[in-house]
Amino acid sequence: MLRIRCPFCGDRDHAEFSYGGDASVERPPLDHDSREDWYRYVFVRANPKGRHREYWQHVHGCRSWLVVERDTGSHAILGVESAAGSLEPARDG
Amino acid sequence: MGEQPARLADGGRIDRDDRRRFTFDGRAVSGLGGDTLASALLANGIHLVGRSFKLHRPRGICSAGVEEPNALLTLRGGARREPNVQATVAELWDGLAVTSQNRWPSLALDAGAIGGMLSRLLPAGFYYKTFMGPTRRAWMLYEPAIRRAAGLGRATREPDPDRYERRQAFCDVLVVGSGPAGIAAALAAGGAGARVILVEQAARCGGQLLAEPVASEAESWRSARLAELAGLDNVQMLTRTTAFGLYDGNVVGAVERAWDHVAEPPPGQPRERAWTLHCGHVLLATGATERPLLFGDNDRPGIMLASAVRRYLHDFAVLPGRRAVVVTDNDSAYPTARDLARAGAAVTLVDTRPRAPAAAGEALAGERVKLLCDGRVERVEGRRRVRALAVTHADGRTRLDCDLVCVAGGWSPNVHLASHLGGRPEYRATLDAFVPGALPAGQSAAGALVGEYATAAAIDSGWRAGLAAAGAPVTDPPFAAPATGALPPGPGPAPRPQPGGRGKVFVDLQNDVTAADVALAWREGYRSVEHLKRYTTLGMGTDQGRTSNINGLALMASLRGEDIPTTGTTTFRPPFTPVALGALAGRRVGRQFRPERRTPMHDWHAEQGAEFVRAGPWLRAWYYRDHGADVDRAYVAEMRQVREGVGMVDVSTLGKIDVQGPDAAEFLNRVYVNGWLKLPIGKARYGVMLRDDGFVFDDGTTSRIGEQQYFMTTTTAEAGPVMSWLEFLLETAWPELRVQVTSVSDQWAGIAVAGPKSRRVLAAALPGVDVGDDSLPPMGVRDAECGDGLPVRLLRVSFSGERAYEVYTPSGYGRHLWERLLEAGRPFGLAPYGTEALGGLRIEKGHPAGPELDGRTTLDDLGLGRMARDKPFVGDVLRRRPALTAGDRRALVGLQPLEAGEPLRAGALVFPHGQPNEGHGIGHVTAATWSPTLGHDIALALVERGPGRHGETVTVASPVHGEAVTARVVAPVFIDPDGERIHAEV
Repeated sequence: MLRIRCPFCGDRDHAEFSYGGDASVERPPLDHDSREDWYRYVFVRANPKGRHREYWQHVHGCRSWLVVERDTGSHAILGVESAAGSLEPARDG
Repeated sequence: MGEQPARLADGGRIDRDDRRRFTFDGRAVSGLGGDTLASALLANGIHLVGRSFKLHRPRGICSAGVEEPNALLTLRGGARREPNVQATVAELWDGLAVTSQNRWPSLALDAGAIGGMLSRLLPAGFYYKTFMGPTRRAWMLYEPAIRRAAGLGRATREPDPDRYERRQAFCDVLVVGSGPAGIAAALAAGGAGARVILVEQAARCGGQLLAEPVASEAESWRSARLAELAGLDNVQMLTRTTAFGLYDGNVVGAVERAWDHVAEPPPGQPRERAWTLHCGHVLLATGATERPLLFGDNDRPGIMLASAVRRYLHDFAVLPGRRAVVVTDNDSAYPTARDLARAGAAVTLVDTRPRAPAAAGEALAGERVKLLCDGRVERVEGRRRVRALAVTHADGRTRLDCDLVCVAGGWSPNVHLASHLGGRPEYRATLDAFVPGALPAGQSAAGALVGEYATAAAIDSGWRAGLAAAGAPVTDPPFAAPATGALPPGPGPAPRPQPGGRGKVFVDLQNDVTAADVALAWREGYRSVEHLKRYTTLGMGTDQGRTSNINGLALMASLRGEDIPTTGTTTFRPPFTPVALGALAGRRVGRQFRPERRTPMHDWHAEQGAEFVRAGPWLRAWYYRDHGADVDRAYVAEMRQVREGVGMVDVSTLGKIDVQGPDAAEFLNRVYVNGWLKLPIGKARYGVMLRDDGFVFDDGTTSRIGEQQYFMTTTTAEAGPVMSWLEFLLETAWPELRVQVTSVSDQWAGIAVAGPKSRRVLAAALPGVDVGDDSLPPMGVRDAECGDGLPVRLLRVSFSGERAYEVYTPSGYGRHLWERLLEAGRPFGLAPYGTEALGGLRIEKGHPAGPELDGRTTLDDLGLGRMARDKPFVGDVLRRRPALTAGDRRALVGLQPLEAGEPLRAGALVFPHGQPNEGHGIGHVTAATWSPTLGHDIALALVERGPGRHGETVTVASPVHGEAVTARVVAPVFIDPDGERIHAEV
């Protein structure tokens, strides 16, 4: 089992979170009309063994979307930050 | 024969005043408190306890622990009947009924074993060969007989009457195993102030110390240390608890057999309890398991592991045989020979080495033990109990009469938990064994697991590991290690004796895998250990090959001409020992299997005779029994009620999302395919969302409540995913939008009132609220308060095609509003309807819903392409890719049978008329209903080039029902295509 340190709620079991996909791909702007770029964003994944940035949502907590850096080989969690970036994380606990 | 003839007069950790009666295959016998089933059977001189898995060979008790491959028995009866329980693990209780397994007609005379015929029928790879070869079809014929002949016990078919629990626990240091290393580790970590949990799978703590006499320094040490542990408030000791798996994040799964050692758990107590242990540090002190030796007929009852025999002597005061031969390739069996002699047995010790090391010889000093060196077992006599052993040795050949053979083939550290996270065990040549490889931070190992077999060394390594785990400075242990009667295996590996002698040489006793099977696998090319395992089933039994893996590996390595580390090990996976599914399920059984959600009006539905149906987590009223004897009669009546008068349905399960902020309109304009910038306050609009990949995601109506406030509804099924998706977009894609979304699904109860009399019902039920068509036209929205203060939110939207309203009120008023509407509607004949009628009404009207929004349909597939506006919205780019715009896609149509009485069913396949009904056809029926309006079945279907087929006839086939109906493709709107009925009023 993994434990994820939510920047707003603290260290929690991964059962409180839901996986949200690859966070390393860049979402094209809404008015970006290149089918190729949207195809890459939606379907093309590097699937690395090792460090991987991915979205998780704290669905059974504060509902924040988070970017979790995880080692896909060891499952070690290397870092967690708010996906929105600008929000001020609360203190632990 | 007297009672418990093999019980010694003194010693043992048993309660001689606590006599416990039990039956074995109907025979009444007795044991003592503190016995395992195996020790009680042995005390009664019973060695033959089962027949083997494939070959039906007579088998006895081999070990004294979880490694037992043979002594698998069925305990209890009725609903609590449990097969394949290891007699060496099960504790004895008074009144226990035990039966042996896999024998017919009886254990002593078993038809399956006659002539050893099964051994020729079932060689290694038997299943593969039968499946893959020309005999494939014959398998169907043989299978039932083979399954009956080869197997273990039978489980009960009755529901489990016992309760199970799950618990979470947290600790700084988890110590697994309570042998000398584990006890020292727990004391060290506990003394340093760490929160410690110590788990021990057996009922008694002590591990190998339990093989020491009760009057001994070792026993004094054990009881003193356990008393110290019990005095530490920060140490929790869990006995009868097996750590079965080590998982990411230092989480350990453990199962506590809390009340499995009694006939029935006390009232309210769980039989077993599954623990999820969240550990700062995991300290493994899981010990080692003794290996048997390979020789012909090495499976005969009476042949036991030497260490197990010593344990039976001293822990249970049982002497398993009076004429014993101890066969060993190392020093560790010498104490067994000595202690057997001291207990009064005649003992011969056969050492496979050319001469006994001095330390080993000293152990025998003064005892009458005959020592034969350079020994080999040539032949075993006796079938149902070993009778004699023919051995060759340095001085010639001897036939030894015996009733007990103790075998000692060295030790295998229990590396299972240390390997669960993928760590590869390392072969240590000096130990002739695998030990844990490098462990990740937060895990460590001590004691026999790392090859510290001597008691003093194990204690020292445990103490140091315990301090380190607690983050304390490492010091020497504060207590002296006790002198024990045990001996470590000795220096260096002995040359591994080649399996020899007459008869079958069993490597895996539980799965009946012989040395010949391993050689056959090698000859047939199954040479990797993983292939060997699967081809021969070596190590695949319930004992997971605890006594057989290394011997099998060594055989394969020698066949390959390689060493053991090159050959490698198979993968260790949880669970360490079998875990009852009931323990993992805990209380999540029956109605607690998954969460159940109820609407605010649920109790009313139940009181009024609704049949419920599950919709995701929700229980929804399916139909009301008052309206018909079964669902088919009731829903038709309920549909007719809506079309002709007025009905109401609970729609509280719809997802509801409050969308607020200056940019709310822009936000909706981006997530929906249609336009939202011009929606005025007080109006609702139907919207459809796509996913990024261009497929339809969800639909619903969204209303503008105020300048910056919208009320979105979603489908019941997608309420959660839509909410998460909106949050994702706002947090990651469009953080610049000033919008807040809040789920208000649970805050609002919702009721749809539908039918030509619906407005009049509302007017009567909601005094003071203007529901006239001027104030509430189609797609109108109003927040209002009744004269008596009841707040409502009114939406004039229709799912059925009739004049209809959705009335929302805060959840707490849900039942009140429901009953108020019903009361006010009585003069108009208002009646509730369920989801079956709701679905039928929407099929008649051709509204797409869940069955059509299946994640594989596009806007155009659903006939909604005209909704899309020329503006950027989610999914717009990829919905225009070629595969999603191809003309041959399956698109929404209606179907009606040519003959009015013919049935159409959801899930049926659509085939071109006149062609064979083979393959997947050109489409499928998504939803079907009887239409009371039209007087025949109607269906919605997704059919290739559907809109171009209107008027064609097709075959609608439901092979599982044996039906094939000729139907006409029509437009997917069966009633009121011009949409006039939403204005109709009577």
